[in-house]
Amino acid sequence: MKSGKTRRERVITDEVAGYITRVEELSYEVKVQDVMTRDVKVATPDMRMVEVLELFREFRISGAPVASKGELVGIISIEDLIRALRGGDMAAPVSEYMSSSVITVKAFHPVVEALKVFTQTRVGRLPVVDEFGKLVGIITKGDITRGLLRALQSTYQEEELRRYRASHLFDDIVSDRTSLILRYTVKARDFVRGGRASSSIKRALLRLGAHPQIARRCGIAVYEAEMNLIIHTTNGGTIRVEIEPHQIYMEAVDDGPGIENVDLAMQPGYSTAPEEIRELGFGAGMGLRNIQRCVDELSLESTPGVGTRLKMHIYLSEGREQLRERGDEIKSMTRQEMKQRSSRDDSSGDH
Amino acid sequence: MLLMRLLELIKLIDGEVLTEDVEMDSEVDGGCGADLMSDVLASVQPGAILLTGLCNPQVVRTAQMADVTAIVFVRGKQPPEETIALANQEGVPLISTPYGMFEACGRLYQAGLPSSEMPMSEKP
Repeated sequence: MKSGKTRRERVITDEVAGYITRVEELSYEVKVQDVMTRDVKVATPDMRMVEVLELFREFRISGAPVASKGELVGIISIEDLIRALRGGDMAAPVSEYMSSSVITVKAFHPVVEALKVFTQTRVGRLPVVDEFGKLVGIITKGDITRGLLRALQSTYQEEELRRYRASHLFDDIVSDRTSLILRYTVKARDFVRGGRASSSIKRALLRLGAHPQIARRCGIAVYEAEMNLIIHTTNGGTIRVEIEPHQIYMEAVDDGPGIENVDLAMQPGYSTAPEEIRELGFGAGMGLRNIQRCVDELSLESTPGVGTRLKMHIYLSEGREQLRERGDEIKSMTRQEMKQRSSRDDSSGDH
Repeated sequence: MLLMRLLELIKLIDGEVLTEDVEMDSEVDGGCGADLMSDVLASVQPGAILLTGLCNPQVVRTAQMADVTAIVFVRGKQPPEETIALANQEGVPLISTPYGMFEACGRLYQAGLPSSEMPMSEKP
């Protein structure tokens, strides 16, 4: 598998890229001026080195740009100061010890430009200039790290906040009975879009803070119901989901053709689906059976020539999910309860 | 093997990744092989990999409903564009393997990937 191998290598590169993508993205989004220090302590060329020592000590900095009459002429760092100290030359002017070839970055450039300079030159700080070359700030690697972390945190917080708001929807709204209703129209034979409704419903439930298992059970049940509307109905139908703090009610309604024998339709393996449906992996006569296994209560009403209404309930309060989350003791109890329940289902079935 | 990641799984079946931005570090808890989507919905546990011979978009929807980690198309099948598009949109990784269903499942099972197929008596 030559092609497979090359693709795999590409994927590994993607994987590596995947880890740094968000930070990388941010380093292009965040501008130098967003993270730089604006209050720049500036030295002058005729300042004595001992004054620079005082400046560094007072403001706890390790370097400063040197400007003369507003123009950037050099940069002085703690390393230069140490050289002067060693030579006992602290009375010398800054101009003797500063580096006069100054690399700068532009304030409106993305921080990635500053990062490039830092990796290429090993300098510790970069004076920041505006479009006219005027000194407006100074930037260190620490400023960039802090700035990127802040940006990361704020995007994270936005997402958290959105999630929190959705999951507290029911707590925040006071009424005697609060519910959220989702409605979807499903077209007959629309296989390409089949599953769109169930996928949206599942996502909504997870957003609202539903237990993943509840979301899964609802998703599977509605998906089977949605596929039934697509496969079997004359004009399609509608799916309505009503979410309440204590239950989820799902309903699939259509206007025909209706089911001749509801008991037979409920029987596992019984199907009226044509061959092309079976080729899609459906129509094996397991749909209603699957739904039954996912919901707490199911009712199927159908009148030939009029239509079908499938009602599904999942109970949330004192439901199995809550019980499942408690201790092991209860867990085993619930298992038993579930077994009893499923054996009841089996005996009420048609096989 | 206690833990199998997508990356190792793909190596085991000489897989080719068909979708974008696949997280190769995703853990795979088990496997399920089926061509009947209702069987998948009825039996697969969350976090499984689905091996199938079906390539239509419904496979992606089914995987999504059943919390499937990734889909493997057996016998080197290349799904149609709409399946890949939906998978990219919904973030379901698609993989193609040259092996048939039996051998692909066998390779993974032999490497220690357990079955994620629940007995019919258990609820999803």
